[in-house]
Amino acid sequence: MFIPCDRGGDSAGPDFKGFTLLMPAVSVGNVGQLAIDLVISTLDMTKVGYFYTDCLVPMVGNNPYATAEENSTELSINAEVYSLPSKKLVVLQIRSPFIKNKYRPFCETLLSWVKSSKCARVILLSSSHAYQRDDEQLLGTPLRYLLTPDLEKAVGGRMKELNWKEMEKVAAYPGISDTDKVLHIPGGGITKLLFTESCSEGIQMAVLLKFCSEGDNIPDAFVLVNYLNEWLQLIKSEVSTSNNSTDPSSQWKIPSSWRLLFGNGLPPALF
Amino acid sequence: AFLSSFILDSVCWEVVGVVKLWNEWCRTSSTTNVLPTDSFCLFYRLISDPTVLLCQCSCYVAEDQQFQWLEKVFGSMQKKGLQVTILSTCPVADYKTQESTLTLVSPFLKALKTKEFQEQVCCPLLEQPNIVRDLPAAVLSYCQVWQIPAVLYQCYTDVIKLDTVTIEAFKPLLSSKVLKSLAKDASESTKILKKFLTTSETHNNIYI
Repeated sequence: MFIPCDRGGDSAGPDFKGFTLLMPAVSVGNVGQLAIDLVISTLDMTKVGYFYTDCLVPMVGNNPYATAEENSTELSINAEVYSLPSKKLVVLQIRSPFIKNKYRPFCETLLSWVKSSKCARVILLSSSHAYQRDDEQLLGTPLRYLLTPDLEKAVGGRMKELNWKEMEKVAAYPGISDTDKVLHIPGGGITKLLFTESCSEGIQMAVLLKFCSEGDNIPDAFVLVNYLNEWLQLIKSEVSTSNNSTDPSSQWKIPSSWRLLFGNGLPPALF
Repeated sequence: AFLSSFILDSVCWEVVGVVKLWNEWCRTSSTTNVLPTDSFCLFYRLISDPTVLLCQCSCYVAEDQQFQWLEKVFGSMQKKGLQVTILSTCPVADYKTQESTLTLVSPFLKALKTKEFQEQVCCPLLEQPNIVRDLPAAVLSYCQVWQIPAVLYQCYTDVIKLDTVTIEAFKPLLSSKVLKSLAKDASESTKILKKFLTTSETHNNIYI
């Protein structure tokens, strides 16, 4: 459940009415979570609360977005909420894996919070195993989107303008019958469950995902966050004068906690 | 082990409670003598000051039990004016740093504290990108969310078995406000430390 940081006096906590909730799925390559790190770090978002739950493995550490000595000592836990009222954006960051059998309880808690806080819509950043693509999916863009029926009415047109590709459904019984098609997001964690629950509960949700594999997923995170930016325009993409193309990658700020992702320095005695 | 040597003794402390887990996995040297009624997570209370509680948890609390452990333990405690100190150890190989861990002088202490904890910590804070997991993380998360002042002292050590050097790495804590008044006499502590060592040494040497 959501616990605000500031609980002074009669304040009922931050108001997210009409806001867009941006959150990651814990999925292959942790791409959604890395992308969210970039958003929080670049937009310098303020932490407004915790999402205290028994569904995630506990972990703590000092401020992952520290920019100086002064702000480096604030404790962070496994699920926290950040907000940027000027852009009507609220972000939930999830930092640890789900505990076994806790997918459904988490989805239920999350969606009931979305409804009670009156968020306008939810955007889920996710990823799916690249090796599960079929022949057609291997060509073209690795990015896909999904919209719940309620959000389709509102922004379906925009997706067409952006020339985005909707996530294809696959045959329920491949090889036997091609008529029954289902949504299949291998490696997507809670993505499919959250999406189908949102559809049935009338919540406006969009899923933005990228096909990728485990490895150095920092480039995947940049691609996904730029995809999101095409729609939400969170940061301005400057046109580079030298080759006349827009490359917003350089404008995303990498957080200080991304250091040493692949291990420590090497012992000199090794050589 | 630090707590047993430097703080606990049977005169000033009494056992007031236990926490039993349904699938307890414990670390103990005397695996042949474990009784079903043995508990590896005991709560002691200072007889002279019942507001001071000490928990010795020598069993592993699995991730799907940590939340319930917290709710049960903290649920039965008065939270107003509560202060929590957590002591834990961790292999130094898990410590992320620019240089190699081989060149680091271990064991060393690092601390993490909640927003409400205003006192001086006895060692440097744990820098990013290092994190803490398991029960200590669960306790600290709980304290951070519910605004309870708490501090975690994590000792990074390169020794797997119990040893005096690692235990003594926690010594700076004896000068902290909380533990100062609880510390035992120095000579007695050395005696207990020796006892710990001898019990583990007899199992160490396979060549005799």
